[in-house]
Amino acid sequence: MKNFKTVYLFSAILSFILTAGYTTARAQDVPDVGPHPAGKPVEMESHIGNLTGHSEAAKLPYRRYCAGCHGDLGDGQGENTPWLDPKPRNFTLATFKCRSTPTGTLPLDSDLYNSVGRGFTNSNMPIWNALSNQDRANLVAIIKTFSPRWQKEKAGDPIKVPSEPPVTIESISHGKALFTKLECWKCHGPEGKGDGPSASTLTDSQDNPIRPYNFAAGTNDSRFKCGSTNEDIYKIFMTGVDGTPMPSFADTIQPNDAWDLVHFLRVLQVHRHGKENDVLKAAGGNIPPYVEKQAEAPSSQPEVRAAGGGK
Amino acid sequence: MHTWKQSRLCWNSPRVQSIVTGALVMIFLLLSGSQNASALPAFARKYGLRCSACHETWPILNNFGLKFRDNGYQLMNDRDAPIWQNPGYWPVTFRITPVWHRVSQLSNEDTYAGGVATGTPNDALARVTSSGFDLSGLDFHTGGTLEKNISFFVLPSSDPTAAFHFETVMARFDNIFGSPWLNIKMGRFELNNLLSEKRMVQLTGNGGIYQTYHFIPIGDGNIFGQLGDNQLGMEYVGHSYNDRTRVSAALLSSSDGNVNLVTGANSYSTYATFDQGIDLGRLGVDRFGAYVFAGQAATYYPTSGGTPIPGSGIQNKGFSRVGFTGQFYFGPHFDLNVVTQHGTDNSWFGQGYGNAINPTNGSAGPPLNNNVPGSLLPTGAQTPTWNGYTFEARYVYSPQLIFIGEYEAERMSQQANGPGCNTSAGPDCWSPSAGTFTAGPSPSNLGNINNYDFLIRYNPFMTSRAGMALQLEYSLFHQIGTGPTSPVTASSVNINTNELMFALDFAF
Repeated sequence: MKNFKTVYLFSAILSFILTAGYTTARAQDVPDVGPHPAGKPVEMESHIGNLTGHSEAAKLPYRRYCAGCHGDLGDGQGENTPWLDPKPRNFTLATFKCRSTPTGTLPLDSDLYNSVGRGFTNSNMPIWNALSNQDRANLVAIIKTFSPRWQKEKAGDPIKVPSEPPVTIESISHGKALFTKLECWKCHGPEGKGDGPSASTLTDSQDNPIRPYNFAAGTNDSRFKCGSTNEDIYKIFMTGVDGTPMPSFADTIQPNDAWDLVHFLRVLQVHRHGKENDVLKAAGGNIPPYVEKQAEAPSSQPEVRAAGGGK
Repeated sequence: MHTWKQSRLCWNSPRVQSIVTGALVMIFLLLSGSQNASALPAFARKYGLRCSACHETWPILNNFGLKFRDNGYQLMNDRDAPIWQNPGYWPVTFRITPVWHRVSQLSNEDTYAGGVATGTPNDALARVTSSGFDLSGLDFHTGGTLEKNISFFVLPSSDPTAAFHFETVMARFDNIFGSPWLNIKMGRFELNNLLSEKRMVQLTGNGGIYQTYHFIPIGDGNIFGQLGDNQLGMEYVGHSYNDRTRVSAALLSSSDGNVNLVTGANSYSTYATFDQGIDLGRLGVDRFGAYVFAGQAATYYPTSGGTPIPGSGIQNKGFSRVGFTGQFYFGPHFDLNVVTQHGTDNSWFGQGYGNAINPTNGSAGPPLNNNVPGSLLPTGAQTPTWNGYTFEARYVYSPQLIFIGEYEAERMSQQANGPGCNTSAGPDCWSPSAGTFTAGPSPSNLGNINNYDFLIRYNPFMTSRAGMALQLEYSLFHQIGTGPTSPVTASSVNINTNELMFALDFAF
């Protein structure tokens, strides 16, 4: 009789947990906040090198890792959003900051894949490189389900990135002149500290306050939002940071001028040890005024290669 | 204690049954209507991540959580240093677990007739079954960064009566010289076990520890080789940027984490681990590794007035625990965790020497286990060796619902009392089953363990603010020859203890 009572109680508790768990877990397989998407969810794929990601396979990882900030619908309205600054990306707009593609176009799958693995150093977005490559590819695919743009448009063609010329004090000097001419200082400040006269007025495309990058902050390992290499910096101002006031300068400056600007921006990272700072140090620590050169005969074109392409 | 036998009087009432059933239905309805929510509060609040980001189910770490821990509780972005935190942020998590459980175990009992004791004390063998509502202890988890790459963790923990001790106290320096391969910590901390006992979700008495991490041969006096206990010392950890490759080496006092230099004052142990994660595509990132725990511990404590002097231990003898670990994912829903162990203790430990200061720790040993000058090992004493295996399978239906099945086997391969004990050439071997010094070898399977545990754990909500789990668990523990004494054979019977538990495990 005693055993019967035990079995009764055990069965009741077991049934309760199983039923409650299954029901609630199933219920949360579909978004339970905000407007529900109309119709059947579209399945998407991503292609990064040899990897093919499937949105269906990302439902569980998305809920586990991403939905708390980006929301079940990918609209950037997760339960943590009110406490985050900057705000999480709203995937329904399909506007992405870090791209290899021209401004206004959709990014490559590899751009999103690299962003997931790299994280964003000055936000709450972690470095998700502990996940398997397949999981990251699947997450890229599910990101593409949140906006109809991915069904109507293809990703933009990646911009061409010429090979980097040598760092010289002249290139740094020219970069500084461009920094002034293009009025980068208005937002980033004369010393790149993010304290320009316009800095306090900036908002992103969703009217959230946004701060310009402070080059002088951080230590030797400080990273830019979209990567740590010179090529990554080059791409930032040749593609623009969509959704922010940072425009694309692809139509404004020539590729070699852009590299000079990269070299100058590196110098603004005063805590970083790099070749640019070595060159500046060898020149006595002062950037000489830039002297406009006479027009020269066209030289051989630098090697040009496609950006992006994934890993 | 309010036993199950007493409570059945109430339970027999149909009205009570109706109320209980109705209550369960009401809770079910409430939970079925619940919305998203789960989380590990202190760190989750800091970074705005759900518990599930770092935990397969809280508190079991997934690969991302392992990396977070290895980086010194940092995401490695600009938000790590506390200067960036809201001044109101308080890095503290409380955890306590109300439970209902039913425990059934063998015991010796006195027998009575006509109100008068019959026979000798403990002359009968009986199964005692208890059930009722109970509490776990309370844990105060507090941890985080003091500065970028400098972090801490302090865990005052109590037993159910609120008697506190420091389970964990440590400070650590991470990414020294900017390298993830150089991280140092010092204090009292959990060993770098891939399958962490401090993060297991099992809550029952025997299922709530990994037997492989605590196994001590019967009669053995060495309590210092327990991987599951937090230890005092320093630890180096190195890992690759994405945490796929991890190494660690710790220098520890051979004190089993006991403070005040009472034991382990003159003896040290080392614990070294290595594991490698391999990206197996759709299966996930699987890990395999190995560990070595080797050291020495005192067997002789000089005495004062016949009492061992704390902190004076000498005559160190050696011990070792080596094994393999594996964490195998078979897709997002299923994973299998494996730990093996080959353990060896010096023969002196096997005869009950080693823990003279606190002989109540560990299993029953000889009454005088101090290796005083002139002590001799009995003839036939030999090195106790054993092998252990732990298998833990998990089915993760979703971050909110997990099923776990665990099996452990501990097998003696050589008993401390060998065949040569059957001689009159020297002192007799200690016989733990008889509780005296007697001649004769121990049975080859004495102390072997089979341990089973099954559970369902359900988190009704999931957010980054608080966490709660409803858990149903059953544990069955079996050990050979270490139970109460049989009045018939006058030797120890096997332990067979089972426990059924329902728990509300919550943290905030």
